[in-house]
Amino acid sequence: MAIVYDKSKGLTDVELHFCPGCTHGTVHKLVAEVLVELDVLEKSVGVAPVGCSALSYDYFNCDMQQASHGRAPAVATGIKRVNPELVVWTYQGDGDLASIGTAEIIHVAHRGEKITTIFINNAIYGMTGGQMAPTTLIGQKTTTTQDGRTVEHSGKPLKMAEMLATIDGAKFVERVSVDTPTNIRKAKKAIRKAFELQLSGKGFGIVEVLSTCPTNWALTPRDSLQWLRDNMMPYYPLGNFRTPEEDE
Amino acid sequence: MSKVLMKGNEAIAEAAIRGGCKFFFGYPITPQNELPEYMSRELPKHGGVFLQAESEVAAINMVYGAAGAGGRVMTSSSSPGIALKQEGISYIAGANLPAVIVNIVRGGPGLGGIQPAQSDYNQVTRGGGDGDYKMPVFVPANLQEMVDIMMEAFDIADYYRNPVMVVGDGMIGQMMEPIEFKKPVPRELPVKDWITTGTKGERKPNIINSLFLEASDLENHNLEAQEKYAEMVKNETRVENYNMEKPELVLTAYGTTSRICKNVIAEFKKEGIEIGLIRPITVWPFPHKAFEDIPESAKGILVVEMSQGQMIDDVKIANNGRLPIGFHGRSGGMIPDPQDIILKVREMLGGVK
Repeated sequence: MAIVYDKSKGLTDVELHFCPGCTHGTVHKLVAEVLVELDVLEKSVGVAPVGCSALSYDYFNCDMQQASHGRAPAVATGIKRVNPELVVWTYQGDGDLASIGTAEIIHVAHRGEKITTIFINNAIYGMTGGQMAPTTLIGQKTTTTQDGRTVEHSGKPLKMAEMLATIDGAKFVERVSVDTPTNIRKAKKAIRKAFELQLSGKGFGIVEVLSTCPTNWALTPRDSLQWLRDNMMPYYPLGNFRTPEEDE
Repeated sequence: MSKVLMKGNEAIAEAAIRGGCKFFFGYPITPQNELPEYMSRELPKHGGVFLQAESEVAAINMVYGAAGAGGRVMTSSSSPGIALKQEGISYIAGANLPAVIVNIVRGGPGLGGIQPAQSDYNQVTRGGGDGDYKMPVFVPANLQEMVDIMMEAFDIADYYRNPVMVVGDGMIGQMMEPIEFKKPVPRELPVKDWITTGTKGERKPNIINSLFLEASDLENHNLEAQEKYAEMVKNETRVENYNMEKPELVLTAYGTTSRICKNVIAEFKKEGIEIGLIRPITVWPFPHKAFEDIPESAKGILVVEMSQGQMIDDVKIANNGRLPIGFHGRSGGMIPDPQDIILKVREMLGGVK
């Protein structure tokens, strides 16, 4: 009998700790598949910082470095500068990348650091129990915005993809979602392009992935996907913001 | 090789390159800027990489990544900048990574000033970062000793898979002295089979990490570190015992302050009064034995620091209540005056002699 679906060789057999319905598992699978398909798994080093991604070093079947909160881009810079032939990538959540680590992500883009970043935007702090993130939507209830986020108190949510696309060294910037099979396929294509950019040596690439957090959103997995479509997609439009071809 | 006259910060950089440093990540701060400037010019000529980071925080995390990828790597900064690096240093220690950190100390707290000081003693020996970690901290007193230690520092870091800190007060960074670059005694260094260079399909993934969610795993990790620290105490403790045969009083000071104390000792010799000096060259590990070995002739210990009194706590621990302890300190960039130290010595010896 032919095998039509198999777990990627890019993942280990360790059981994921992610909550039921969370889309981290889907994105892990996509990254792993792309690394295998591009035949770079054996020369890749991933950097997982703090948040729900903290344990990713156990899940990816390649060399990994755990980083402090927000600093994955700096750690990845150190790795890549020592060993430029490695394929170096970071996997960061929105608390990590859009709050505590804004300086680091802006400056890898600024330097055009030849690394790839996978950015999980689920509009909330997952690991610490559902606090407001810079990406939390206006009106969204979290454990630190219990009556809903307001513009007056916390400003409007940060649009990281749009912001990073203004920086010259960020040569590939795309926002994707993993809410439907079609969007999952598009997300994989974008992740693949971001890694191909690194292999071409042209600069920094980032894919922002709209994701769900059923536990902290207090919704079922299915309702979470619908909430993402209804609330996140209008504010965080999917699409490409930057491709290397634009610069040629 | 003949001696060359060099400015402290540049000599440190040159010694680092000769000691095998290949990667430098740093952020500008006075009074150590000549060090990264020299590195930016010279390191690429030796096949290395200099990168100016966006902050001290980013720089120390680049050091973490580079060390985990097998690079011989360093950063340098000055007191408030070192404070910013402390979290990263804790991670480097926690993940068993070798790296060298140079701290050219200026006066604090806060933004403080840019003049020489020794008020980072607590921040460099007690860790500023979290957890039960230690690192060898060298406090050379002159440029020759500074470059000797810099040329050895990367080997020490690799030998123990541990961060190493080399500390100079602002004076060491800014002064010029004749120096000679001498190769250190070679150490047998372990093979770095733990680094993240890609599995190449030949081994299981390597993971650089300081996270242990199981309490028992974290305790075991800490116990293993303690074994390593015990080895450092045994092998790396360094001290100079000066005029300690039959001292009436013992001065203790490190770095450039110890040189002022030697002048004081010379003054008393003219009067026939013998004053000794215990000069720690490492402040962690602290040279406890030197204090245990103080001869019966000594009536007390005078601690001299360019701070309001930080090393004095370690001296009290080492002295263990045996001798009276006095203190003379200046801070904020003010340098101890030999006359003030002489007065304090006379006071401790029981009035004018």
